[in-house]
Amino acid sequence: MSQATFRGGVHPYEGKELSSELPIKTVMPKGDLIFPMAQHIGAPAAPVVAKGDKVLVGQKIGEASGFISANICSSVSGTVKAVEPRMLLNGSTATCVVIENDGEYTGIDGLGQDRDYTKLSNDEIREIVKEAGIVGMGGAGFPTNVKLAPKQPDQIDYVLVNGAECEPYLTSDYRQMLECPEEIVGGLKVILKLFDKAKGLICIEDNKPEAIAKMEAAVSGENRIAVKVLKTKYPQGGERTLISAATGRKIYSAKLPADAGCIVDNISTVIAIYRAVCKQTPLITRVMTLTGDAFQTPVNVDVRLGCSHAELVEEGGGFKQNPAKIISGGPMMGFAMFDLNVPVTKTSSSILAMTEDEVAQNEPTPCIRCGRCVTVCPGNLVPQKMAEAAMNNDYDTFVSLNGMECYECGSCTYACPAKRPLTQTFKQARQHVAAQRRKK
Amino acid sequence: MSNLLNISSSPHVRDKSSTKSIMWDVFLALMPATIFGIYNFSVRAKDINAVLLIVVCIATCVLTEYIWQKAMKLPLTVSDGSAALTGLLLALNLSSTFPVWMAILGSVFAILIVKQLFGGLGQNFMNPALGARCFLMVSFAGQMTSFTYDGVTGATPLAMIKNGSGDPQLIDMFLGTIGGTIGETSTLALLIGAAYLLYRKIISWKIPVCYIVTFAVFALLFGGHGADMGYLAKELCGGGLILGAFFMATDYVTSPITPKGQIVFGILLGILTGVFRIFGASAEGVSYAIIICNLLVPLIERVTIPVPFGKEGIKDGK
Repeated sequence: MSQATFRGGVHPYEGKELSSELPIKTVMPKGDLIFPMAQHIGAPAAPVVAKGDKVLVGQKIGEASGFISANICSSVSGTVKAVEPRMLLNGSTATCVVIENDGEYTGIDGLGQDRDYTKLSNDEIREIVKEAGIVGMGGAGFPTNVKLAPKQPDQIDYVLVNGAECEPYLTSDYRQMLECPEEIVGGLKVILKLFDKAKGLICIEDNKPEAIAKMEAAVSGENRIAVKVLKTKYPQGGERTLISAATGRKIYSAKLPADAGCIVDNISTVIAIYRAVCKQTPLITRVMTLTGDAFQTPVNVDVRLGCSHAELVEEGGGFKQNPAKIISGGPMMGFAMFDLNVPVTKTSSSILAMTEDEVAQNEPTPCIRCGRCVTVCPGNLVPQKMAEAAMNNDYDTFVSLNGMECYECGSCTYACPAKRPLTQTFKQARQHVAAQRRKK
Repeated sequence: MSNLLNISSSPHVRDKSSTKSIMWDVFLALMPATIFGIYNFSVRAKDINAVLLIVVCIATCVLTEYIWQKAMKLPLTVSDGSAALTGLLLALNLSSTFPVWMAILGSVFAILIVKQLFGGLGQNFMNPALGARCFLMVSFAGQMTSFTYDGVTGATPLAMIKNGSGDPQLIDMFLGTIGGTIGETSTLALLIGAAYLLYRKIISWKIPVCYIVTFAVFALLFGGHGADMGYLAKELCGGGLILGAFFMATDYVTSPITPKGQIVFGILLGILTGVFRIFGASAEGVSYAIIICNLLVPLIERVTIPVPFGKEGIKDGK
């Protein structure tokens, strides 16, 4: 049977078998916890604690400072050691709240206690999601409460739960589908309460039959929820490709999913919504995959936010040999790290440690115009021409070739036989064009 | 951690295929036609010239590229196989009795003039092998159009059909046991190679299918033989059509990169080949059709930029 999908895309080595059978292990942090105030799209949060303050698990330590912004809550109890700039994963520095863990894990009032979401109004639910500091945990980090408040809520026909997990190596969403399907369904039901007309679709790629079976069992008896099986292909879990495959509707850069009547949330985000609304627990943990051939023992972990990456590496048994490259996130869109002494944030999905760096092993050679970039581009673009324009700093041509429609999935660069860094040139050009537009 | 980590922009993984692997795949796909050509023109006719042409063209192309890049202090790229491929394609486009020194001249022209002077791999605006073939055609028309088969010098099947001097058998034209250039005679051998390229997704169906179908329609309409399928089949099997459609028109560098552009390119090729073969002085038209269409590629691409995902039916383009 041919499954729903999109045009283009690539099939990189999946690597999921390294960690797909390993249950999620809960990890308690040992060292200090660092909470960057900027770990979402939008304005950084403003710290609401000062050095010396005592904090509890779940306590708000950073307050959203604008419409597109998010709260930050402490994942441990302890003492605020500092509020100062610290280095983030991408090498930039930002204001962070540093908390010394007292190891007691004393929670705020009501933390973890049941709450009946059916007794809450829609506005109350949105407020709880906002207070909990929930953002898109698939990587974008867009504040979820904003997503849940579209201009025309009655126009929403679908709530899509993104369980495609199309990035190679990552298994955190997969493990969560196997281990806590009821929380996913619970979170989805909370979202569906906000949108009376909408149908809930849990979207999973067909390389995860066990997850499909688990989720199908979990949604049996739910008349507004179904499992949608999608073809395994990268970037199936991209917002635009997911919406198109699941609903047949299409959006482009200037449109939001809500314009196509869709709300899209990642598996982890939906679980976070469930915990915030039904368990009175703000976003203070997340599931990560520690994997790659450099790890002694790959593992899926449930981590307290703010924990250092260096500390987590020990959970994977350390490295069996020196990694050539360490990536935060998947190999297609993840970020290459140069220092592990940076904290886990809401959007950290993995530590991928590889003994070989395929990028360094492949020198770019001249473009032979083979057109593979055109064939694989899910955005129906012409990366070869865009790259030519971008490398010549010809931004007008770049824009006229629809360069701003690129969402940097990396398929073209992956497929390029000449090993040219296409996506990199697009990132640079897109940033330049976006900056120019802001100036106007 | 003390060791240094590699840093680069995503993605961090790469597909296994490379320029080199693609070139060698095309080389491999040409092997059935090459081996048949050697059998047909060297083994059967006991004439070493066809083998010599193949070896000399490949060697000259590779050597020319090597010397040029050495002299110009450019990165050496002969190992990518593109120069060797040009040499093979040129040899397959020559008559089995073609003088070797002229073939050397053609090979140098292909690599030096058509390819390297315009910037090397990926920058040439015209297929180097066909550019050289046309250069040889205008320079040495006699030798280029003199074909010997089984020791008998005669016209190519297409020429016989055109001037009515003979009636070649379709089965000979399909199998290739007939006169012509070294690599073009066996439709069967070429189709085996083409199937391999399609299977390996080295080429897409768009250019060859649009080319051949358009040419067939053109030949039926204007060929003057009405709906004579025998005539049509011979036109398709004869000359350089199959070799050109699958191996030369699909040359990455000199064909459109846009999917719609490839369809337009194929149709134009079909029409031009039809015009040259039916209304032109020569019975052949594939080489000229391809190099003329090569020149139109930038224009074709300009008007065939695809509509981005999600913008179908949106007019303003903003």
